[in-house]
Amino acid sequence: MRAISIIYRRELGAYLRSPFAWVIAALCLLVDGILFQGYVMSGEQLSAIVLERFFYFSSGVSIGAGILLSFRLISEERQTHSLVLLNTSPVRDTEIVLGKFFAALTFLLVLLLLSFYMPLLIKVNGKITFMQVAVGYLGLWLIGAAALAIGLFASSLARNQLVAGVAALVMVILMVFLFPFAKKLDSPVREVLQEMDLWWIHFQTGFMRGVLNLKDVIYYVAVTYFFLLLAVKTLEAKRWQ
Amino acid sequence: MIRVSNLSKYYGGKRALGPVSFEINDGETVGFLGLNGAGKTTALRILACDLRPSSGAIEIGGVDGITDPHEVKKRIGFLPENPPLYQDMTVLDYLGFAGELRGMSRAQVKRRLPDVLEITDLGDVSEDVIGTLSHGFRQRVGVAQAIIHQPKFLILDEPTRGLDPVQIVEMRNLIHDLKQNHTVLISSHILTEISQTCDRLLVLGKGKLLGSGSENELAASESEIRQITVTVRAPSGEDPRATIRKVLEAVSGVKSVADPYEQGGGLSYALSTTKDCRAEVSRAVVEAKLDLIQLAYSRSELENTFIRLVGGADASN
Repeated sequence: MRAISIIYRRELGAYLRSPFAWVIAALCLLVDGILFQGYVMSGEQLSAIVLERFFYFSSGVSIGAGILLSFRLISEERQTHSLVLLNTSPVRDTEIVLGKFFAALTFLLVLLLLSFYMPLLIKVNGKITFMQVAVGYLGLWLIGAAALAIGLFASSLARNQLVAGVAALVMVILMVFLFPFAKKLDSPVREVLQEMDLWWIHFQTGFMRGVLNLKDVIYYVAVTYFFLLLAVKTLEAKRWQ
Repeated sequence: MIRVSNLSKYYGGKRALGPVSFEINDGETVGFLGLNGAGKTTALRILACDLRPSSGAIEIGGVDGITDPHEVKKRIGFLPENPPLYQDMTVLDYLGFAGELRGMSRAQVKRRLPDVLEITDLGDVSEDVIGTLSHGFRQRVGVAQAIIHQPKFLILDEPTRGLDPVQIVEMRNLIHDLKQNHTVLISSHILTEISQTCDRLLVLGKGKLLGSGSENELAASESEIRQITVTVRAPSGEDPRATIRKVLEAVSGVKSVADPYEQGGGLSYALSTTKDCRAEVSRAVVEAKLDLIQLAYSRSELENTFIRLVGGADASN
């Protein structure tokens, strides 16, 4: 636990010092704001529908932010050779991965909370409950966490940051489009693949509408755990290569 | 003590190291000498637990490096070829981070930092961001992170790489200071650097251990010919060539004397010898009432030994 906390503090400090992280934050908020102004608030709609639209667009922003915040985490350290410090310290690979992941997750949370004024604007002009907003934000955080874990895994695979970023993007796109792809398949493969989809089943029909399903929470936690585990195993395997 | 038995490492099907076996006693400063690609970095990375060996055993400070790398890492300080630095951190923050990673508490790090900054002479730049430091200072920060937790064993991979001559001397002095408190293992392909710093040398070539011992032991183990250059002058003003040749050829150990050439007001002779007979040569010259102007190896003894050893490795591969 101590090593996780040490790495967490360093990584979070690195995010706060890095212009790259703030550029990502600014970009995400800008895109969120433009979409909110241009599409979410356009026309007269039920406030619940408006909130759904907000979470619809924000989920894309959260996934994008997750990839952008994570694809450099290990590949950059490998490229600049600083990973050797972690590898030769009495720290386990799990602690390295978790320290980095929790730091990125914290920064993602800050980034998401900075967009909180938008649902507040909806609440001022309409009727939505705090729980709807809270569930939606929980969904954004969980889907972002899954994207972070995928990005972290891609980062553990590649030495080159660009390759890691592209690999993370491809993996996320594949997982998001599992649902429409699976429609063309027969049962039971269709149902299995659809349940594995990153967005349509677990976010669109649940969190986006303010509905909290335990299975959706478990799904995102499981995806996150799976990719973090892969990242740990990849780090271990690299020592044998 | 570091004990390595039959250590080898393959990258895919290509052998990068081994099998090699050696021991390093506590308090020793040992140099890994070898050309680029000889397997030095691979060996050091394995010892630092950054890399897993394909086969073999390592014991460091009584702990098995294969089954318990976590425990071994606590005993080791490692400076890789490229110092593992975070460019965005200040020197103090970075050393604090490195110390805590090695299991030190914040209070311990705070107590230790002044000593480390003094040893590595980083006091003036301690508040600076690492990314803004010169190469020499970065290398020093690399050494500082390796010694912050006072490890028993210190592994330095090419510590003078990329440094200018002044920085090389400073780094050499720093390593001399570190020898007092640590068992040090240094790798280099620069002969003079390693011969001046280390008590004992391990010569690596194409992944194999070609020789081991002090500089003199390595040289003594070789039976091949050495070269000595001696410059002499006859006080009488006569042409002394025949006399000098006769004197030099009579010295025990001198196998042949090459034709002389004029240098510095005297005549220089290149001697091929079967042993280090500089003392005998100088004595013979003086007893023959000739002036001894200069006496030197035409190439360093270690260099000769190194080239012979590595040349042997090339031939055997």
